Amino acid sequence: MQYGLLVMGAPYSSPAPHSALRFAHAVLARGHQITGVFFYHDGVHNASSLMAPPQDELNLSEAWAELSQQHGVQLDVCIAAALRRGLMSESEAQRHGKQAFNVAPPFELTGLGQLLELQQRTDRLITFA
Amino acid sequence: MATPDALLVIVRHAPHSSNWLREGLDAALVAAAFGQPVHLLFMGQGIMALLKEQGSGAPGQKATLPTIDMLEMYDIDKLWVTEGALQGMHLSADSLVGGVTMIAEQEVPGILQQHSKILNF
Repeated sequence: MQYGLLVMGAPYSSPAPHSALRFAHAVLARGHQITGVFFYHDGVHNASSLMAPPQDELNLSEAWAELSQQHGVQLDVCIAAALRRGLMSESEAQRHGKQAFNVAPPFELTGLGQLLELQQRTDRLITFA
Repeated sequence: MATPDALLVIVRHAPHSSNWLREGLDAALVAAAFGQPVHLLFMGQGIMALLKEQGSGAPGQKATLPTIDMLEMYDIDKLWVTEGALQGMHLSADSLVGGVTMIAEQEVPGILQQHSKILNF
C-alpha cells in the first residue's frame, strides 16, 4: 500500500513527529511504501537543520533526512507555514534579505498543492498532529 | 449528499488561540482553487470560527471572518455545524454567519464515511 504522512506537530514539544517517524519505519518494515511526508502547521519545525538537541536525544531533522535518503521518501514543507515561523531555504533567505537559512535538501519548501496531490496519489494519508 | 472525490476539512479549533483555523482554511481554499469540491465540518470549539460580527482578536492577530466570508467565492458552500457543539456553548444558530447547515451529532459518522479524503485541523 502507498502511504502519505501529514505531520503537524513540532519536534520536542509534540509527540506527533516521533510517532510519525516510528509509523513510517513500521510501514516500510511491513513491505509498504511511504510516498511522501508533508510538514504543515507547527510540523514545519521538523525541517530545521539548526536543531541541536542533546546528544543522547534523537535529532528529528536528521532522522527524517535519513528516512528520505534510505527509502526515497519525499519531504515537502509548506512554504507559507514555514516562512511565517522562520524556516527558510537559502534562496528564500536571499529573497527575504535574511542572513541565515535552515531548510536544505532533502527537505523542500513547496505549496499546499503538494499536500493535496500526495493525498490523491496515496492509498492512505495519515495525520500526526 | 457528497461527491465522491470531495475533500472534507474538519475544523475543531477556535480562532486566535492557535493558527489551526487559519491554516485549515488555507488548505480548504487551495483545494478549492485546484478545482476539488470542498466541504467543511465545524465541531467543538471550531464553530466559533463562524460567529458573525466577531472582531480581529488580540492586537496583531489577523481576523479570520473575512476568510469565512470568502468561502462562497471558492464554491465552498457546504458548512456543516453540529447541533451539540452549538448547544454546548449556549449559542443559537442565528449567532452564526449565513449559509450554515445544522446537523445532528449522529450524522457525523455518515459524513465521514462519505468522504475518502479528510483533513483534520
